[in-house]
Amino acid sequence: MAHHPAHADHAPEPDYIRAKKGIMSWLVTVDHKRLGLMYLASVLFFFLVAGILAIALRTELFTPGQDFMSAQTYNKVFTLHGAIMVFLFIIPSVPAAMGNFLLPLMLGAKDVAFPKLNLLSFYVFSVAAIMFISTLVMGSIDTGWTFYTPYSTATGGAATMAVFAVFVAGFSSILTGVNFVVTVHRMRAPGQTWDRLPLFVWAIYATAVIQVLATPVLAITVLLLGLERIFGVGIFDPALGGDPVLFQHFFWFYSHPAVYIMILPGFGIISELLTVHSRKHIFGYKAIALSSVAIAIISFLVWGHHMFVSGQSELAGIVFSFLTFAVAVPTAIKVFSWVATLYKGSISYTTPMWYGLMFLWTFTIGGLTGLYLGTLSIDVHLHDTYFVVAHFHYVMVGGTVVAFIGGLHHWWGKMTGKMYNEKAGAIGALLVFVGFNGTFLTQFFLGHQGMPRRYYAYLSEYQFLHQISTIGSWILAAGLLWTMIYLLHSLWYGEKATGNYWNATSLEWHTQSPPIEHNFHDTPHVTGSPYDFPEIDKSGATH
Amino acid sequence: MSTTSHGSGQHEEYPPYLAHHFDTMGQQAGAAKLGMWLFLATEILMFSGLFLAYFIIRYFYPDMMLSAHEFLQKEAGALNTVVLLISSYTMAMAVRAAQTSNTPSLKRNLLWTLLCAGIFMVVKYFEYSAKIEHGMLPGRFYEAHYHGYELVGLPHIFFAVYFTMTGLHGVHVLVGMGIITWIYIRASRGDFHSGNYIAVENTGLYWHLVDLIWIFLFPLLYLVR
Repeated sequence: MAHHPAHADHAPEPDYIRAKKGIMSWLVTVDHKRLGLMYLASVLFFFLVAGILAIALRTELFTPGQDFMSAQTYNKVFTLHGAIMVFLFIIPSVPAAMGNFLLPLMLGAKDVAFPKLNLLSFYVFSVAAIMFISTLVMGSIDTGWTFYTPYSTATGGAATMAVFAVFVAGFSSILTGVNFVVTVHRMRAPGQTWDRLPLFVWAIYATAVIQVLATPVLAITVLLLGLERIFGVGIFDPALGGDPVLFQHFFWFYSHPAVYIMILPGFGIISELLTVHSRKHIFGYKAIALSSVAIAIISFLVWGHHMFVSGQSELAGIVFSFLTFAVAVPTAIKVFSWVATLYKGSISYTTPMWYGLMFLWTFTIGGLTGLYLGTLSIDVHLHDTYFVVAHFHYVMVGGTVVAFIGGLHHWWGKMTGKMYNEKAGAIGALLVFVGFNGTFLTQFFLGHQGMPRRYYAYLSEYQFLHQISTIGSWILAAGLLWTMIYLLHSLWYGEKATGNYWNATSLEWHTQSPPIEHNFHDTPHVTGSPYDFPEIDKSGATH
Repeated sequence: MSTTSHGSGQHEEYPPYLAHHFDTMGQQAGAAKLGMWLFLATEILMFSGLFLAYFIIRYFYPDMMLSAHEFLQKEAGALNTVVLLISSYTMAMAVRAAQTSNTPSLKRNLLWTLLCAGIFMVVKYFEYSAKIEHGMLPGRFYEAHYHGYELVGLPHIFFAVYFTMTGLHGVHVLVGMGIITWIYIRASRGDFHSGNYIAVENTGLYWHLVDLIWIFLFPLLYLVR
């Protein structure tokens, strides 16, 4: 798809990891690839921390009564699990870590549009993370990650610090979003028109637009919540004349689009994985690209489906229910296109492909159960039960995290220069698949039978399903730890990665692995689609 | 850009203000401007949350809003509106001066803008002091009734909204003053001319937004009917 002028005259250049030496060269770097790696290390650390908390929660739930956590401790642990996972892992995971690394490479650019802003964004994120962790020694938070009023204005502990941490994390998200939107608009290589962009770029672009438009509303929401706690301003607190449902409107106006901030980049990764590992041109390029944008737009119009039982008007409920169903259309377009991409493809069962196929299974379950919850009458029954927990985790873990791990394997050699072991990868994928479904499939049944979320104890008739779920979570944890171990192992003992080890065609494969500091020796010129696999597509005759 | 990998001669006339990852000044200016507009969009969305809260409180408690707003000093608000409008004019002139490479005019207009912003903050200081003195404070710190003022309903919410909205706006004015000072220092170094003025233009865009937000705050808070 791209041609290069001969660059035999170039002396070999060190890659971006070895280009500069010393800890300071990392701390003040403006190289998007180094920042991507720093983000990757940070988000993986928080994934580990919040994952350990999750295992603790599941273990407490192994028996109906209290085991080793009091109700108070349980509340604090699930709050911390949710808040860290959402704000410090999932939201920055794909956009900030992989997006930073890949976006300029896929665009054939030397860097993002505002490299210094990118560095600032990383430090703002770090400050938010430190503020969040400091809540641990300030008495913790027990509000749940949603900070619902009036409880969040009344509870003690470190809720004020936590909401300001969210405020600061939001700034990092906004800065990254602005940076990415401008990068996609202004930094594309010559010849790279909008219909020649890799679908990962389209997904990151749609995500960045949501980040820019939704996060400021979160900022003002948590600012008002913080002021409510400090000054008792009386906007959200009913005791002072405020309206607690107003908080929910504010919060979900951000946080519903935010779940698309979390899942859209995952869609982007899956589009790349399925096409490269089946050696087939993506089916319905334009449909997949534009459905990302459609999801971004509709995502702003569905927040009320979180509030069917909060006392909003019936008409509002009906409208929000309808709009929620509308999200399923562009989402289904994607899933059908992915399946059609696989049709008659030359599928190789690499680890990224296993995760890609796993995504099709788990995300589809997550997406379809969303329709149950979007249905007014059914939601009244299922609201605040384990059904919601299962749905959310099928989308966020079965969707985003599975895509993230798949992408991590796909680009691992590009990022680190080392190859992981395929057999180890397949074992890890199997453990993750079994463990994940064991943990959360059971929770649909629990929720349907009436098990409410956020309880540290339960009636004994739920015990069997809870125990399967807990055992599943241990298998999932084992799979993830296994994955961590062999990936770390590969850093020292892995085979060296070649420049284009998947034999793929988008621009990041047109430079060495790991790339040189300025990405490309000469600016690439794009002449065709990023998904050109002539051995199956017969020189593009099918598209 | 490391010069070794680009020894082909195409970068011999590399403009001094062009960052390494851009190809042309036009691309750099276009990126900066698009980035600024996106940032302004985030600012508007952030303030729109506050405006929404304002309208909901006003819908809940119309009489309280009407009675409490009488205690704001309309003259001070009006003066500040005029001062900010003038500063927007001088800022626009500063951008024009940068575009025409007229550095003395650029510096002069930046100073006028800074002066207007300073006046705005001084007036705000006196307004805030008066409110604090009379106990007209947000939320649970409200104690105007100890000072002999009887307001209708729940005036602590009005003053919470007043202080939050004008306070956040005031922070933006202070940040703007910092940026304008920095632009002034760069202008004194001779950084800006017809080929490189995007930083001045972006500062201007930001300043006009700060002005624009005040144009909405003034009638909503001071001129309630």
